[in-house]
Amino acid sequence: MPLFWLILIVLVIAAVGYMLGRSRALANAGGDSRELHSLPSYYGWNVALKAMVPTFVLLIVWLLVQPLYVNSVISGMIPANVIDDGSSRGLVMAEVRRAANGLDNAVAQGVMDEEFARNARADFTDVSQVLKDAGQIVTTEVTQPVLRAAQRYRIVNATGYQIMSIVAVVLALAGTLFALRETRALFRARNVVELGIHALLVGAASIAVLTTVGILLSLVFNTWEFFKLYPASDFFFGLNWAPSFSGRGGSSDLGVLPLLWGTFYISIVALAVAVPIGLFAAIYLSEYASPRIRSIAKPLLEILAGIPTIVYGLFALLTVGPLLLKVFGNEGLGWMQAGTAVMTAGLVMGIMLIPFVSSLSDDIINAVPQAMRDGSYGLGATQSETIRQVVIPAALPGIVGAILLAASRAIGETMIVVLGAGAAARLSLNPFEAMTTVTAKIVSQLTGDADFASPEALVAFALGMTLFVLTLCLNIIALYIVRKYREQYE
Amino acid sequence: MNDMTVMDSTVEAQRTKMAAQNVNVYYGDTHAIKDVNVEIEDKTVTAFIGPSGCGKSTFLRCLNRMNDTIDICRVTGDILLEGEDIYDKRVDPVQLRAQVGMVFQKPNPFPKSIYDNVAYGPRIHGLAKNKADLDEIVERSLRRGAIWDEVKDRLQSPGTGLSGGQQQRLCIARAVATEPEVLLMDEPCSALDPIATAQVEELIDELRESYSVVIVTHSMQQAARVSQKTAFFHLGNLVEFGPTGQIFTNPEDPRTESYITGRIG
Ligand SMILES: Nc1ncnc2c1ncn2[C@@H]1O[C@H](COP(=O)(O)OP(=O)(O)O)[C@@H](O)[C@H]1O
Ligand SMILES: [Mg+2]
Repeated sequence: MPLFWLILIVLVIAAVGYMLGRSRALANAGGDSRELHSLPSYYGWNVALKAMVPTFVLLIVWLLVQPLYVNSVISGMIPANVIDDGSSRGLVMAEVRRAANGLDNAVAQGVMDEEFARNARADFTDVSQVLKDAGQIVTTEVTQPVLRAAQRYRIVNATGYQIMSIVAVVLALAGTLFALRETRALFRARNVVELGIHALLVGAASIAVLTTVGILLSLVFNTWEFFKLYPASDFFFGLNWAPSFSGRGGSSDLGVLPLLWGTFYISIVALAVAVPIGLFAAIYLSEYASPRIRSIAKPLLEILAGIPTIVYGLFALLTVGPLLLKVFGNEGLGWMQAGTAVMTAGLVMGIMLIPFVSSLSDDIINAVPQAMRDGSYGLGATQSETIRQVVIPAALPGIVGAILLAASRAIGETMIVVLGAGAAARLSLNPFEAMTTVTAKIVSQLTGDADFASPEALVAFALGMTLFVLTLCLNIIALYIVRKYREQYE
Repeated sequence: MNDMTVMDSTVEAQRTKMAAQNVNVYYGDTHAIKDVNVEIEDKTVTAFIGPSGCGKSTFLRCLNRMNDTIDICRVTGDILLEGEDIYDKRVDPVQLRAQVGMVFQKPNPFPKSIYDNVAYGPRIHGLAKNKADLDEIVERSLRRGAIWDEVKDRLQSPGTGLSGGQQQRLCIARAVATEPEVLLMDEPCSALDPIATAQVEELIDELRESYSVVIVTHSMQQAARVSQKTAFFHLGNLVEFGPTGQIFTNPEDPRTESYITGRIG
């Protein structure tokens, strides 16, 4: 039975349970809803929840566990001599799953009947042909053992799902009956529903937290794997970044410093662009602009924040790079060799960060109490004196926080760097040279057909971890400063 | 109102410092001040009283053009300082506010040190020749603000760390430091406890020797205690203006009488 129908059936059971629970409670109170402990609908929800929640929990767990179980059963079935040299049990299992999938789809398309899919034994070359004709991807000829395993795989899976459907429906019915039995006028249905909602919210929050923890753990474990293959001191203090892919042989230099240098250099150029422009724009918007101008200019500025960074990357590659090359290249000052450079990426990233700095600073400047400004005007200060000597100093901690947040965005930015700064890892002071950053190298280490167990691929996790720790520290400092500043006026 | 001690108002008449003639103020379409004429004398404390929303603050803010900072506010009529119209095009409102200082309802020290708070005005207007000069101005202003003894050992600590009453006296010292001729105070005691209020009132009485002081208050006792002249506002009109003693003991207008006996308000 397809999962969709199963879910529908459970929902229908719950809906019927809702009606029954409601009417049973009312009947128990002699039709007078004032005699009930809770509003009638709560009794209904109590029944519906008890029908649905255990069933859905069971379904989720079952769907997670069954593939693991089936895999272990089937892979035990594959004789060891089937596994070629250079292959592994995992690869053969992947083939089995592909074949089983192919059979499923072939049956669904009607090119093969169920009986044939289950029992075809002698003419397995035929099976491969039928599958290919049906447009199913079969890598090689389906061999006898693989076909057997695939057939077995389908049968075990199908049985599993059948049992699951039956158990689910029974559980839903049992929940309904149990809840109906406890439905009495004085039953505290309202509290039970409250508890259910509480659990729902806790569940959502824990999924979010657990995912974060999961991502973090995978980062940590893979970083650990990497450091088993490559010495940590060489990674952190190495001055050279020259990965060699396993195909070519030879050992790689995986020093992070050139990448960190590129990251910082580009971020600093970006902040040098974004901070003054963003801050001045914020001051203009919050202190000088009339409400009409503000209501037009602020959203316009914030549109900049909505542009996907790949578009900024294109802008860097196709517009800013050639423009800089014209001025600083061989025809001009002769400092620049190609359009991709720290300057190109930094300028464009700075433009990307302007709305970020300006809208945060604008909020912070607006939070400075009007009484401060009045006090200053009342002493005969002009507007710009007031801003320079009272408003900005009062808002400074918050502005610093905003800048740190912008910095952590700059450090994590990828697309602009890939397109605007080039791919050469280099320790150089010349801003017109191509350099690259941690993020861009993570991309290039994982794209292409790398072996995921080699240090050249695993280094991506170590790079990711480094980046994560850096931005985390920046964010913590920034949030601490911003929060501390908020308390000042409360 | 016989329980109120009214000050002896035999203070000799002083020359006119500021004069308002036919002043009207509008906030957009709201007519907040209607045809007000008032003369504010030198070396005198003038109190503005009246029910809340009657336009006391609005009128006070006209006297140093603080209303210029509100977009929708429009002022007509003449306001003269030493006979010169302060709304004249040639007058720089920024310079004017150094002459006509202001203390606000809520103490609003800048988030700077006590010293820098007081030195703010003198620095902006270049009143000090050198550091020693500035030190002296700060000390003199803090003494006039009757807060020197409490803060002389911690001039570098932040002004926001003082108690409410101290903060308000710091704000008064800050206003005094720019050597204004007139000092406007908008309910300077409404955020203070009775002891701090008494200190500030005492201070106001001392300030009268050097300045012309205008104080908005919602407390009639306070007006009676500190002022020599009182103006009663009602719904944007100036109902009655005269010596404080006369307003409180023998008001001419029935509305004034109702207010001071507690029937309006
Ligand atoms: N910034 C402003 N914008 C619009 N209306 C204002 C503003 N300030 C005051 N008003 C209006 O002007 C009138 C007088 O206010 P205000 O001078 O503050 O009274 P008071 O200080 O006597 O309590 C009130 O009706 C008030 O609503
Ligand atoms: Mg007021």
